[in-house]
Amino acid sequence: MLAFIAKRMVAIIPVMGVVALFVFLMLRLSPGDPASIIAGDYASPADIERIREQLGLNAPIPVQFGKWLWTLAHGDLGISIFTNLPVSKLIAQRIEPTLMLASTTLVFAVLVAVPLGIIAAWKAGTWIDRAIMIFAVAGFSIPVFVLGYILIFQFSLELRWFPVQGYTSPFVDFWKFLRHITLPTVTLSVIYIALITRITRASVIEVMEEDYIRTARAKGQSERIVLMRHALKNAAVPIITVIGLGVALLIGGVVITESVYNIPGLGRLVVDAILKRDYPIIQGLILVFSLVYVMVNLLVDIIYTLVDPRIRY
Amino acid sequence: MTSDQQAILDIRGLTVRLPARADRGNAIENVSFSVLPHEILCVVGESGSGKSVTAHTVMGLLPPKQLTATAGQVLLQGDDLLKKTPGEMRALRGARMSMIFQEPMTALNPLMSIGDQIEEILQIHTQMSAAESHGRMIEVMEAVKLPEPERLIHSYPHQISGGQRQRVMIAGALALEPILLIADEPTTALDVTTQAQILKLIKDIQRTHGTAVLFITHDFGVVAEIADRVVVMQHGLVVEQGEAKNVLTNPQHPYTRMLISSVPSMTPPKRPDTAAAPVVLETQALCKTYADRSLFRAARETRAAHNVDLTVRRGETLGVVGESGSGKSTLARCIVRLIDPTGGQILIDGHDIAGLSERRLRENRRLVQIIFQDPYRSLNPRRTVKASIIEGPMNFGVSKAEALTRASDLMTLVGLDPDALDRFPHQFSGGQRQRICIARALAMNPEVLIADEAVSALDVSVQAQVLELLDDVRKRFNLAILFITHDLRVAAQICDRIAVMYKGEIVEHGKAAEVFGTPSHDYTQALFNAAPGRDFEFGNFASA
Amino acid sequence: MSAITDWAGADLRGKIAGLRRSMLARHPTMAFGGAMLIFMIFCAVLAPWLFTGDPITFNPINRLKSPGDSFWFGTDMFGRDIYSRTIYGTRISLVIGLSAALLSVAFGLVIGLAAGYVRILDAILMRIMDGLMAIPGILLAIALVSLSGASLLTVTIAITIPEIPRVVRLVRAIVLTVREEPYVEAAVAAGTRLHLILIRHILPNTIPPLIVQASYVCASAMLNEALLGFLGVGTPPEIPSWGNIMAEGRTYFQLAPWIIFFPGAALALTVLGVNVLGDGLRDTLDPRIAKKM
Repeated sequence: MLAFIAKRMVAIIPVMGVVALFVFLMLRLSPGDPASIIAGDYASPADIERIREQLGLNAPIPVQFGKWLWTLAHGDLGISIFTNLPVSKLIAQRIEPTLMLASTTLVFAVLVAVPLGIIAAWKAGTWIDRAIMIFAVAGFSIPVFVLGYILIFQFSLELRWFPVQGYTSPFVDFWKFLRHITLPTVTLSVIYIALITRITRASVIEVMEEDYIRTARAKGQSERIVLMRHALKNAAVPIITVIGLGVALLIGGVVITESVYNIPGLGRLVVDAILKRDYPIIQGLILVFSLVYVMVNLLVDIIYTLVDPRIRY
Repeated sequence: MTSDQQAILDIRGLTVRLPARADRGNAIENVSFSVLPHEILCVVGESGSGKSVTAHTVMGLLPPKQLTATAGQVLLQGDDLLKKTPGEMRALRGARMSMIFQEPMTALNPLMSIGDQIEEILQIHTQMSAAESHGRMIEVMEAVKLPEPERLIHSYPHQISGGQRQRVMIAGALALEPILLIADEPTTALDVTTQAQILKLIKDIQRTHGTAVLFITHDFGVVAEIADRVVVMQHGLVVEQGEAKNVLTNPQHPYTRMLISSVPSMTPPKRPDTAAAPVVLETQALCKTYADRSLFRAARETRAAHNVDLTVRRGETLGVVGESGSGKSTLARCIVRLIDPTGGQILIDGHDIAGLSERRLRENRRLVQIIFQDPYRSLNPRRTVKASIIEGPMNFGVSKAEALTRASDLMTLVGLDPDALDRFPHQFSGGQRQRICIARALAMNPEVLIADEAVSALDVSVQAQVLELLDDVRKRFNLAILFITHDLRVAAQICDRIAVMYKGEIVEHGKAAEVFGTPSHDYTQALFNAAPGRDFEFGNFASA
Repeated sequence: MSAITDWAGADLRGKIAGLRRSMLARHPTMAFGGAMLIFMIFCAVLAPWLFTGDPITFNPINRLKSPGDSFWFGTDMFGRDIYSRTIYGTRISLVIGLSAALLSVAFGLVIGLAAGYVRILDAILMRIMDGLMAIPGILLAIALVSLSGASLLTVTIAITIPEIPRVVRLVRAIVLTVREEPYVEAAVAAGTRLHLILIRHILPNTIPPLIVQASYVCASAMLNEALLGFLGVGTPPEIPSWGNIMAEGRTYFQLAPWIIFFPGAALALTVLGVNVLGDGLRDTLDPRIAKKM
């Protein structure tokens, strides 16, 4: 097991290497001088020269990439141009709301979507199934921010059940945290629920056609237990896969949702950085988000081995 | 049939309707037969005969809404199963009647331990304590001769062999001493030696427990091996039934006569000597080793084929027989160079093609052609038969007009209408598609034809026709044929010489009559002894 | 007869006929999707003649008018008619959705075929795709646009790039399965050259799933275009797009929710239509995948 995890950790290196290369090249290959892009529209030539020096732009490109990787490997994500603070420090400051929102969303989405998918599969072909699937495809189609504004309009402005925007840490006031996090969680969950519901339904339906389900029936097992005991565990692998892959969607959604609800998390940090063209922050956050994605999918691989004895490491 | 015995299972006038838009109205129609206590009743028929539907109807396992029994009765000890509620059927399934299936790998839940799967049946139907059910489980596992049951219950299906998986299925099926065991092609997916063991097990259990067995099969060898009585089905109808001995030796219905006549004999016919003909294909020390490299452990090597030496002469058929995993298909694919051998030589007319580059190889591709097992995947479904046949010749500079003429000649030769060239593969039956594949191979004017299990997926009557065609084209074009098969009967009929493969190596090699008559290697002997119905000579009723 | 027409003649014609027959009867939702897309193209092409006014020029007198007889969808803070802007915005969404679908499928197909058939390329290409997939698509798009400056072209490219890896994986998976099919091996054994094997035997198998995938890319590209616009890094503000109309409405949301609501509804309905069309195509073109999804 440890060897398996070690092996998978090693496999992460090339993926993150590609991400780093991409982020690096994106800045270098974009039209114009990276230093003046970074410095922004109002920078003096001296500023630009200072940034050139800071970024080591006078060295050959491969050397620059190597140096940058070296600093990255030490956990140094660079210095924010506007605040002059280390990017890693800024991320640490802003990570809590994002983590909270992502986890509440993940938990809420899975708790809603998996049962919905199972019900749809169980009632496949009936109006219940059709209604769930229509909801799912609609969930895919509504833009996160439009949904966010609709919810704010209805539940905050009209009904006044929830505060309009903002965030409170659960460690400060848990009740206030719940009131603040509810609408963002629902907003962000919808697309994720749609995704997981669809895959749950599909994999349960597929598994229910397997030979071993027929065997269980031939034993005289009741349909309910056939579903719960034989089908669900077998359907789990594709569901877990999609939950893992969906983290990319979740990260994208976090950026938007935080903007809509004015939550001071990483999403807002990156959006503000974009508006101010603070490239070290953008670079750093892309790297961090990619690492999170890769780590979550490593976790998914580890969960596979627990669910399925056939997967050897 | 002795009339004083009450039948365990009595099927009377059973009709099962197919969904609308199927090729016929009913899956089975007016089917009547009964299974008596202490007997094995074989239901035999080709694909689409409705034998499996009949079995599933008895168990109440038909897919709901698609197939429904519309008439007749299914009496289990006089009790009509068609009138039972789903709950009542559940109480009967697994307890009073059990079923085992064709593919034991997929019939077992891959994520559940062997023990849990056997014990499940006890939990469903009894109130046994944990200790009691554990004891019973070990008892039935011993009864089906599973090794080390106490250790095995913690294993998962993928960790045990195919034969053991089927034993696990049988253990579960017998745990509650049912009065009826339904076996749906239970040995079809197994190798011949494993099949022999499982057949013996079913026979033994039937003797010792007095279980009545309804055994579904397509294989007359199996019928001859275990059946007390036989029911023959065709297109959803029962065409003949009776004592096994009577049906096998004196079939009445023309269809049964045709079927039995199609079963190839285990005794090779006399064949002309080909030793003087020139060698067309020769392999020398041919090897294929798969290396599974990994960062954290030493490379694992699998020797799929090792030091294979064989020769095929013009106008003769060399059979390569072996069980799954013996390396016989690897050998075929190496010779066609679909995979690259890791060692040795492949001489075609004396020229080595084993190490040729892709470009040089292409010039030699014409010489060796191959026919595959699965007729449904051997032709591109999106291209007409014509396009498939002329593709090869046109690769070698044959003009389209000439290729088309050749294609229509070949269609006639393989027994199909040349007008059918413009059709798509899905408009043909499996046997017809295999004929098209033969035509496609012949269009290349090959020197060597490789048939990789080319008749294994076909029903026995179609199989006989395709075998005849292959032998005919061999004579007509003086072809060298390398015939890969797991089926000893087929090999006996078509091959001049036989090579027996075991674990990647050829363990015995000789004239067909000699290998079948006096097998010398231990493995060959075991293999031949395992062939079902080996002592039974199937008569030829074709002319009668 | 070329290989392409061969394929199209044999397969697509039948499929299209089948599509037409089954569409209304069996897939009413798919008919809805198709109708949505056609309606959208209609709006985009005929925008100037659909009772629209000038979507760009400021008109301070009419600022923040609520929806009513004179302004069906209301006006924004500069007094521009939201209805006209929404109709003209269709153009951007449509152009970006369709070009992202076309481009990602084209690039994905080429890269996927290369990865599936050339062993050495496979390892390299798939590592690159893994890396690309690890970067959250919307962030990648944001970064690309903000670096290279917002124009229709850069936004399209930025939205297309994150979609490519999924297409590559799909094509590669199909290639790896199909190349093992006996009919492909028979063609190899008959000396057929690689490019003909690809065109005749492999490529046709990728078309139906790619059509389905293209529809999903189209839907996701429209959403992402709006997101970019909403975050202020989308197409330039001179050209009305649903994203930038909504972005401008953010500050006035409590005062004038219609600025976000109408283009938002247009976007949601369009994306829904395209998604439903994709589901329907999947059910019709590729029943095997349909069972899985």
